[in-house]
Amino acid sequence: MKGNIWIYILVSGLVSYIIRVLPLTLIRKPITNTFIRSFLYYVPYATLAVMTFPAIMLATDNVFSGLAALLVGSVLAWKEKGLPAVASACCVTVFLLELILA
Amino acid sequence: MAEKISTVEFKEGFRDGIPIGLGYFAVSFALGIAMKNAGLTALQGFFMSLFNLASAGEYAGTQVILSNGTYLQMAMMTLVANARYLLMSCSLSQHIHPSTSTAHRMAIGYGVTDEIFGIEINRPLYTSPFYGYGAIAASALPWCIGTSFGIMMGNILPARIVSALSVALYGMFLAIIIPPARKDMAVMAVVVAGFLSSWILEITPWFSSISSGNRIILLTVVIASIAAIAKPVKEEHA
Repeated sequence: MKGNIWIYILVSGLVSYIIRVLPLTLIRKPITNTFIRSFLYYVPYATLAVMTFPAIMLATDNVFSGLAALLVGSVLAWKEKGLPAVASACCVTVFLLELILA
Repeated sequence: MAEKISTVEFKEGFRDGIPIGLGYFAVSFALGIAMKNAGLTALQGFFMSLFNLASAGEYAGTQVILSNGTYLQMAMMTLVANARYLLMSCSLSQHIHPSTSTAHRMAIGYGVTDEIFGIEINRPLYTSPFYGYGAIAASALPWCIGTSFGIMMGNILPARIVSALSVALYGMFLAIIIPPARKDMAVMAVVVAGFLSSWILEITPWFSSISSGNRIILLTVVIASIAAIAKPVKEEHA
């Protein structure tokens, strides 16, 4: 089948939007069930951790620069340096290390 | 209250959205190169990114277009690649004021991405929709423009810059998950379990064939369920 790209775009956009909006619009009250509340509390930490490692090592040109960014970012985050500082420190770490390693 | 227009919240969201936008630009640039191979024009790439605002979902969709898949396949692929946003949307519904209007819910829902959700959930209760709008304003446009640039310019941006920018996202994730992990041992356990399990699945032959989107869903559900049973949260959380 040779589909129309604009229709592909509309289909995917519609699905993406519905997934995101349904829970937000349908769940109006605070959830009282302890398991569900606890589950939802842990979801973001689990997701973000799973997405960060080992992806951070594979995102860069060099595995070690990614690993160094993970260490630098973790230490600064531990010291609660804030989101922009941690993010830029990771970038600078990779940039400098790859200048040296290259 | 949740409904009141707040420029303070918007500005804070915008500020926190800037590193997200930087990371998005780098990622969407690479995504644009993939889209070019699937035959998308810069304009189509722009709208693909505007309508989806999802890295894994758009990449999966691009593969469907490339292989001349059906529209149903496109819908299913997008659903699977973006299923985690369903969980995040549930989670965010508990983090905005219960009286938040449907219009605000529909608008803020557009911006449920890994990163924007991450910073929204990081706000003290209740997260203002205007904080979300600020974050969306700072990050959605770089995402769309980056996609178009990737399609138009391919490899003009030096690889070293792209490589450095690509960790901005992960740095942000660390800034979100590490401070709470320091205060709550259960969160620490979840983070460590997330790192280890994701790494193990990445290098284990059979599991590594599962798409990264599905691995994220699987591990998230398993780890968060175990944590919820082992250490249920008390009132002040969630």
